[in-house]
Amino acid sequence: MDNVYIRQDLVDARPAPGRTGGPIDWARHNLFSTPSNSLLTVLGALLLMWIIPPIYNFLFGHAVMPGGTVEQCRAEGAGACWAYIAARFNFFIYGFYPMTEYWRPNIVFAMLALLIIPLLIPSAPFKRTNALLFFVVFPVVSYYLLAGDVFGLRHVPTEQWGGLMVTLIISLVGIIGSIPLGILLALGRQSKLPIIKTLCVMFIELWRAVPLITVLFMASIMLPLFMPQGMTVDKLLRALVGVTLFSSAYLAEVVRGGLQALPRGQYEAGAALGLGYWKRTLLIVLPQALKNVIPGIVNTFIALFKDTSLVSIVGIFDLLNTVQAASSDINWASPTQAVTGYVFAAFMFWIFCFAMSRYSLWMERRLDTGHKR
Amino acid sequence: MTNLSVTAPEGAAMQISQTDVAVDVIDMHKWYGDFHVLRDINLKVMRGERIVIAGPSGSGKSTLIRCINRLEEHQEGHIFVNGTELTADLKRIDEVRREVGMVFQHFNLFPHLTILQNLTLAPIWVRGIPKAEAEAAAMHYLERVKIPEQANKFPGQLSGGQQQRVAIARSLCMQPKIMLFDEPTSALDPEMVKEVLDVMISLAEEGMTMLCVTHEMGFARQVANRVIFMDQGQIIEQNEPEAFFSNPQHERTKLFLSQILH
Amino acid sequence: MAVLDHTTGSAPRPSLLNDPVFRGILYQVLVAAAVIAFFGWIILNTAQNLAAQNKTTGFDFLFRTAGFDISFTLFPWSRSSFYWQAFLAGLLNTLLVAVIGIFFATILGFTLGIARLSSNWLIARVATVYIETIRNIPLLLQLFFWYFAVLKAMPAVRQSFELPLDIFINQRGLMVPRPMPDHEFIWVVVAIVVSIILAIGIGIWATRERTATGRYPRYVINASKVADAAVSLLIGLLAFTLLGHIVTAIGANPALVWIGAVVVAALSLTRFAPIGRAILGFVFTWVILSTLLSAMFSTWSTLAIGIGSVIAGAVVAWIVQERAADRPPSEARFPTALLILIVIGIPAFIYWSTGAELAFEVPVLERFNFKGGFQLPPEFVALVFGLSIYTAAFIAENVRGGIRAVSKGQTEAAQSLGLKEGDRLRLVIVPQAMRVIVPPLTSQYLNLTKNSSLGAAIGYPELVNVFTGTTLNQTGKAIEVIAMTMAVYLTFSLLTSAFMNWYNSRVALVER
Ligand SMILES: Nc1ncnc2c1ncn2[C@@H]1O[C@H](COP(=O)(O)OP(=O)(O)OP(=O)(O)O)[C@@H](O)[C@H]1O
Ligand SMILES: [Mg+2]
Repeated sequence: MDNVYIRQDLVDARPAPGRTGGPIDWARHNLFSTPSNSLLTVLGALLLMWIIPPIYNFLFGHAVMPGGTVEQCRAEGAGACWAYIAARFNFFIYGFYPMTEYWRPNIVFAMLALLIIPLLIPSAPFKRTNALLFFVVFPVVSYYLLAGDVFGLRHVPTEQWGGLMVTLIISLVGIIGSIPLGILLALGRQSKLPIIKTLCVMFIELWRAVPLITVLFMASIMLPLFMPQGMTVDKLLRALVGVTLFSSAYLAEVVRGGLQALPRGQYEAGAALGLGYWKRTLLIVLPQALKNVIPGIVNTFIALFKDTSLVSIVGIFDLLNTVQAASSDINWASPTQAVTGYVFAAFMFWIFCFAMSRYSLWMERRLDTGHKR
Repeated sequence: MTNLSVTAPEGAAMQISQTDVAVDVIDMHKWYGDFHVLRDINLKVMRGERIVIAGPSGSGKSTLIRCINRLEEHQEGHIFVNGTELTADLKRIDEVRREVGMVFQHFNLFPHLTILQNLTLAPIWVRGIPKAEAEAAAMHYLERVKIPEQANKFPGQLSGGQQQRVAIARSLCMQPKIMLFDEPTSALDPEMVKEVLDVMISLAEEGMTMLCVTHEMGFARQVANRVIFMDQGQIIEQNEPEAFFSNPQHERTKLFLSQILH
Repeated sequence: MAVLDHTTGSAPRPSLLNDPVFRGILYQVLVAAAVIAFFGWIILNTAQNLAAQNKTTGFDFLFRTAGFDISFTLFPWSRSSFYWQAFLAGLLNTLLVAVIGIFFATILGFTLGIARLSSNWLIARVATVYIETIRNIPLLLQLFFWYFAVLKAMPAVRQSFELPLDIFINQRGLMVPRPMPDHEFIWVVVAIVVSIILAIGIGIWATRERTATGRYPRYVINASKVADAAVSLLIGLLAFTLLGHIVTAIGANPALVWIGAVVVAALSLTRFAPIGRAILGFVFTWVILSTLLSAMFSTWSTLAIGIGSVIAGAVVAWIVQERAADRPPSEARFPTALLILIVIGIPAFIYWSTGAELAFEVPVLERFNFKGGFQLPPEFVALVFGLSIYTAAFIAENVRGGIRAVSKGQTEAAQSLGLKEGDRLRLVIVPQAMRVIVPPLTSQYLNLTKNSSLGAAIGYPELVNVFTGTTLNQTGKAIEVIAMTMAVYLTFSLLTSAFMNWYNSRVALVER
């Protein structure tokens, strides 16, 4: 048999048979590729046909838009009462903060946006200055701006703070406070010194074992007991302490992951350069370890952000608690009042968390490809 | 028989009984989405033949041999393996796969099973061979690939070369009539290549029908009946190894050989 | 390093402060001293504060009567119960909600995780939207939603929604029938346990025989053939009885039900078994779909629903037929039917032969409230709902990750060895995926248990609500109560990590 073959003319590529392109072709491949898939598609479509129209009608179709009246919201078959949200919007954002002073939290929001956006973009310049401003200057300035009592600013006690503002404050303080604490704990857990290691392990495992709600109870009930007689601790501050300690334990575990993932060579190279422990850690180990766990840190932050809603249990007016409180506002009493409030709060939380989780995913991909190169 | 006349070159109308043909690929085309990856493939492999497939990266070599045990499906043309045509029919696909062994570039051993369990899994669950018999057979093949002492270890504990030999033994345990190799040595350190090639050479000497994608030209010269050169999803040239290496005909073949043989 | 320094005799002795060993000790002493001082300070302050408030410490309060009501307990509770019983009641309620939540979350989570990997675009997309929505909204908010916006917004008792099976739902929660087993019924329970053990035993034995000899034992195969017919008969009866509800001609004539079931059972003994299965698939799809559709879309015409369901039934029948035709011969098949028959048949026989009875006390609406049945308070229902739905989103991600962690090469290797899809999943994919899934799954279970403490916010009497809340308020024993609460959660956590360590060491892949 003749085994020799030499191709004379190359075959040109041609389009795949039976692939016409376009939506029908797409559906055939992604929705109706097999009988079972077709059945699943039909069932899925039925499910969507069942739940989407009522949801749409509630949110938009039959909803009472901002500017509407409470009577419209009370009407039979009315959907979400967005008019109510619009009317109480300031309460949801600022809580009981005096209306004349809204410009103060607004400045804080603006500073936050200005500082955090460049911090999150890896290629933005002046990282160090930026970080310093964000982690040190910003909290101090914000505190005095919000609390007042300096430079002739009117004093606004923390009991009057509330809404989204407090939610943001608690989560930001939680994360800003827990980063240094978490790093120290992680380093301690990796340490070769037995007493330090044991203390750090105990601290981390204890906080990670208990639910945040007991931590908040503890902070709000036990903290005053622990303080010297006559010293009172602000309610918000108690919650902040609880939240910070709690999330530092989680952050410590994230950072530890980064420390463990670092190749041994990096530690050894540092030692070989004759750097002491702290120099080695600060200049060589931490920058790399932290960079690699940015996604993990962001995920901890997401969890923390959601968890801040628990402070409503110890009587702090965060976003959720303002919504909950407003839902018994009889001026707007209507069958959909509570649901509308929850949907609004859910949407606010969702926007923040979803944005952060996308960011974390994006960083993860970026870091991944960075490794391969 | 009709299908034979399609690929049999003119004048080669000798009597070939159906059973002498191991693999017959006829006017086969394959697309990945809109990408025409295999074009007009015609390939007949006789029982006992050893075929080496070479070609630049992305030319479709892996895709071709993966079509032969239908890890990929083709859209046009026909593929017959041991006389069974590959269609969407699951039963026939399973039948074919039982007769065709495949060795992958990255071994693909089952990491949660010991070497012995890796080897006996398919004989027990596909062929219904009693465990004791399957184990005896497995030990026999492990001896053939010269690592009987590793039987109770896990894949993770073996070197790359050892893992690849286990993978070959795993396929052999199913007593395949045809073996497909997809770059079996290219993930190995140079010192391990030889131990794997030695196993493959001994298989060839025993008359196993083999289709190998490989860049080991020494191996091709030593055992292949035919070398097939692919580029852009098509077979450009095929010849006996001597002629193929010493006197390539097509421009692309020449270029390719000059690159890999320096 | 210190040792090295000493051996280089000519080098000057380093100052003590530069000796790493000494430094290590110094650091530790300093830290320990600081920690001790800190705790000392706290204890001192606490003692002073307590003295100023005239409070004592100690756990003797546990043996005082609690004097408050708990709306939902697993054991009889009265105002004269002790505080330790309150602790226990809270703990049990926590465990109850955790176990039930874990059950639903696991089912939902695995379904969603697999759906997210589906090749069907729509299904994958629906699962993704669910996961991305649910896990980005705080659990507490979701609990508020379920409790205040859904369950509390249910109609008043008099206008209760009636669900199938004598279940009612209203503002006061979910009223379900209460099973009232008689004395003989204990034997049925025993029979259920025994038959499950028996079935598992037979399953293991048959598999072992199959591995050892290459075939399933002959008795098992023969018994399974008979069981196949029996199970087909049972399923056929169920299918045609249900069909009787939508096709009056069949409903009016019980003989038809029997004829249908017998035909299906008879087919299962012949080589037309796939057709029998196709018939069952057809009937079930038709019945279920048309019932669901008329409940979901009240505006759709009965005719359209009927036609749609019949078409869907035909598609299912076709799929089932193809699948069944692809099945290996009964000699090579795991005896599923036999095991099903054992698990159903033995208890059913005992039930029938001992004359045991399982009555259900149905909730009945009286003037102001329901009497009888079992009342699940809305707090409980909301918490189970919220926890399951929330945790399922996380479990789904773990499941997806676990399945994706098994490389495509593993499937391909198994395929190229000729393993069929079922064996491929059972022997190669699932064991590997489970190794990846189980550790994060356990921590999700732990998270769910910890999160059940949020039930306190909607008034479900779990540990934090009953103990850290009410008990602490009444007794003022802050330190003791919070310490006990934390100890409980710490125990859960330690148990979980003990399990995980054990599991990991058991399944860890051996690497070089
Ligand atoms: N699953 C897939 N989907 C889409 N395109 C694919 C897929 N697998 C392979 N291809 C493309 O098909 C072409 C042929 O791939 P194939 O793996 O067969 O090449 P190869 O000749 O084996 O190359 P190499 O020597 O690098 O292994 C390549 O261009 C590749 O990018
Ligand atoms: Mg390849």
